[in-house]
Amino acid sequence: MNNTPFSSIAWVLGASFFGSFGALFLKIGAGKLQKSLVSVVTNWRLLLGVGFYLFSSVLFVLGVRKGELSVLYPMVSLGSVWTLFWSKLVLGEPFTRAKFVALGMILCGIALLGLGTR
Amino acid sequence: MSTPSVASVDPAQQRRSFLLVVCCTIIGAAAQVLIKKGAGALGPNPTMVQTALAMLLTPSLFAGYSMYGVSTVLLVLALRHGQLSLLYPVFAMTYVWVTILSVLVFHESMNGFKLAGIAIIVGGIAVLGRGQSA
Repeated sequence: MNNTPFSSIAWVLGASFFGSFGALFLKIGAGKLQKSLVSVVTNWRLLLGVGFYLFSSVLFVLGVRKGELSVLYPMVSLGSVWTLFWSKLVLGEPFTRAKFVALGMILCGIALLGLGTR
Repeated sequence: MSTPSVASVDPAQQRRSFLLVVCCTIIGAAAQVLIKKGAGALGPNPTMVQTALAMLLTPSLFAGYSMYGVSTVLLVLALRHGQLSLLYPVFAMTYVWVTILSVLVFHESMNGFKLAGIAIIVGGIAVLGRGQSA
């Protein structure tokens, strides 16, 4: 952790934050998908989702220039925490105990993988 | 916990979406390994143009980024049905595949932390998988 500057952590947290909007807009766009190529290309929600993903990967690359990958890489997975909240607030999907338990386990597991990669 | 009226999803369809996202993670992990393999073709400090050219001209980089494209298409297809909050965390399987592939392809060491991490992630996704029909 000591070798990972705060700026790197901030970049990567930013990447996870914007990446979660990518997921949200892909989901909204996917719901409006129709069977014609024109409708896919003009589906601005899908395009916005892809745009958020690309932006997020730029932030990630900026973040991992310095610091330890074993610390930074697992932080990307915090994106699924943000996504859980957008799913509730925007899509009206219910919070369930299973979702929180599963997410907690997944984050612990990813943190352990980070420790194992040192 | 109260469950407001979420568009009710056919459980079979939700399961199909779940499996489709798992496929995405396999493709995404293979893409990462290919990109790491191909990254050697780039110098230590490549310019934007060099990077873009290498993405097109280095076979493993080209294949890797193309697979990212395929995996995004599959993700969109998967997201048509089912809850985002159930499907999205499944993406963590990418970490599991990358860890296993890194041991197989790059001969990185396997250790207790990694094994425990893999087990807990798979357990968490199993919990979500059970929630798919709920």
